[in-house]
Amino acid sequence: MRNSLAIFRKELRLYFASTIAYVVIAIFLAVAGYFFSVFLFNTNEASLNFLFLNTANVMLLVSPLLTMRLLAEEQRLGTLELLLTAPVRDWEVVIGKWLAAFIVVVVMIGLTAYAAVIVFAFGNPDPGPIFTGYLAVILLGAALLAIGLFASGLSQNQLVSAVVAFGLSLLLWNINAMAKYVGSPWREVMNYVALSQHFLDFTRGVIRAQDVLYYLSVCAVFLFFATRIVEKRRWE
Amino acid sequence: MSMIEAVGLTKYYGSFAAIRGVRFKVDEGEIVGLLGPNAAGKTTTMRILTGYTPPSDGTATVAGYDVFADSLKVRQHLGYLPETVPLYTDLSVAVYLDFMASLRGVVDRKKRVAKVMGLCALEHVADVVIGKLSKGYRQRVGLAQALVHDPPVLILDEPTIGLDPKQVAEVRSLIKGLGNDRTIILSSHILSEVSQVCNRVIIINEGQVVAEDTPERLNRRLKGRQCITIRLLNPTDDIVNRLGSVPGVSAVEPRGRGVYDIEGDVADERRAEIAALASANAWGLVEMYTSGLSLEDIFLKLTDTERGSRQRGREMEQSRTAQEHRREK
Repeated sequence: MRNSLAIFRKELRLYFASTIAYVVIAIFLAVAGYFFSVFLFNTNEASLNFLFLNTANVMLLVSPLLTMRLLAEEQRLGTLELLLTAPVRDWEVVIGKWLAAFIVVVVMIGLTAYAAVIVFAFGNPDPGPIFTGYLAVILLGAALLAIGLFASGLSQNQLVSAVVAFGLSLLLWNINAMAKYVGSPWREVMNYVALSQHFLDFTRGVIRAQDVLYYLSVCAVFLFFATRIVEKRRWE
Repeated sequence: MSMIEAVGLTKYYGSFAAIRGVRFKVDEGEIVGLLGPNAAGKTTTMRILTGYTPPSDGTATVAGYDVFADSLKVRQHLGYLPETVPLYTDLSVAVYLDFMASLRGVVDRKKRVAKVMGLCALEHVADVVIGKLSKGYRQRVGLAQALVHDPPVLILDEPTIGLDPKQVAEVRSLIKGLGNDRTIILSSHILSEVSQVCNRVIIINEGQVVAEDTPERLNRRLKGRQCITIRLLNPTDDIVNRLGSVPGVSAVEPRGRGVYDIEGDVADERRAEIAALASANAWGLVEMYTSGLSLEDIFLKLTDTERGSRQRGREMEQSRTAQEHRREK
């Protein structure tokens, strides 16, 4: 774990050295803030549900931007050879990188807390859905970053990585759209696999173990794939 | 004690064998040069030793640990500079070295980073972003990262490639200075480099070790003979006999147009005698030089012999079948 921390610190530094983190966070906050205001003026409701749904959509777009560099650039610069010949296990590299992206996302989402402050100051919202909403966004972020990290391992080209990550995430988010046209058991599978399906329960203020487990599984599966991709680079 | 030992290392990429049955030993404190033309298998050999890629067959140990079974232990004991120097161009030199130190589990990072920056003369660029450094500096940063955890074994893949002559000289003397208490393998396709820096040379060609010796012995062994070549403007008929009677000369071979190869002792005194003889006889000595196989020639000879012996093999095969044909008749 100490090795993952070394990787984690380096990645975090690179995020802020290359300004990508600032840009992504700024754009995210601007978009989220805009939609929050629109919703507030339109409905006068003391709720953040709309914000969370929007945040989820923006996250689909933003997380590939955060992950695209992580493994692709190491391959392009040749620094992957350095990591793979350091006394560090392949999975430690993957975890360290994922963790850095995750912390950026947590900070980014944390910065939208002003919205919660506003609705609590001027209204009387139900705190349950706000808490679970934040939990949902963070879990979704964790899963999307794992997908993005895996995609980043596939290519030396950051743009290719970003596009693959975006495509995969969007497909997984919406895969249940086809569910009603197919029969059982595919319908259930599609509904279960869809990222969006598990998101909605949270925004109703419910934490279901299976939803939490689902996001954690997506995370684990794609981090495992990412590790395998890194491992595969050794054989080329 | 041997720090590095490779036994029967073989690596296939698909059906292509990058190296086949590579076997060598490197003792503690030695600087060994891995010499060979491009694509001979030098990088593959090094990548196996560093635990980057597993061998298809054979075993290797570094500092007593198996590169496959004890990969992490091996990696703790070695510093590696890949051919394309792996640098994070967005980080400053000091931050980069600090990261490499933490990755290798260095306890007193600040001290070690300062130490290697001093060793590689990088103090004044400590806070410069690596992307802005010249090639020579980058190479030194690459060396510094390989040294940051004070490893007993260094593996350097083409450490002077792409540098200007002054930088090459700097890097070479740096490596030589490191060799006192470290075991070093470096690869190169530049022969003079290897003979200047290394105690021992391993020549690899087409994925196999074709020779292994000290640069001097390799030189002596393969040179076979050394000779003085002279060119005369007015050679006379008795010249071969006259030159042959000079003490220390074993044979004189005319090559035409006044050029003679004089075999035997090539010491300076002998050359002075030959020059005196030539001027006394008004032969008109215009050129004199010693020629022998340089490492360059040896290298070409070795990498050619392989092809040559194969050729001979084929010819023998052909003559044998021809004989059999005759016998049948």
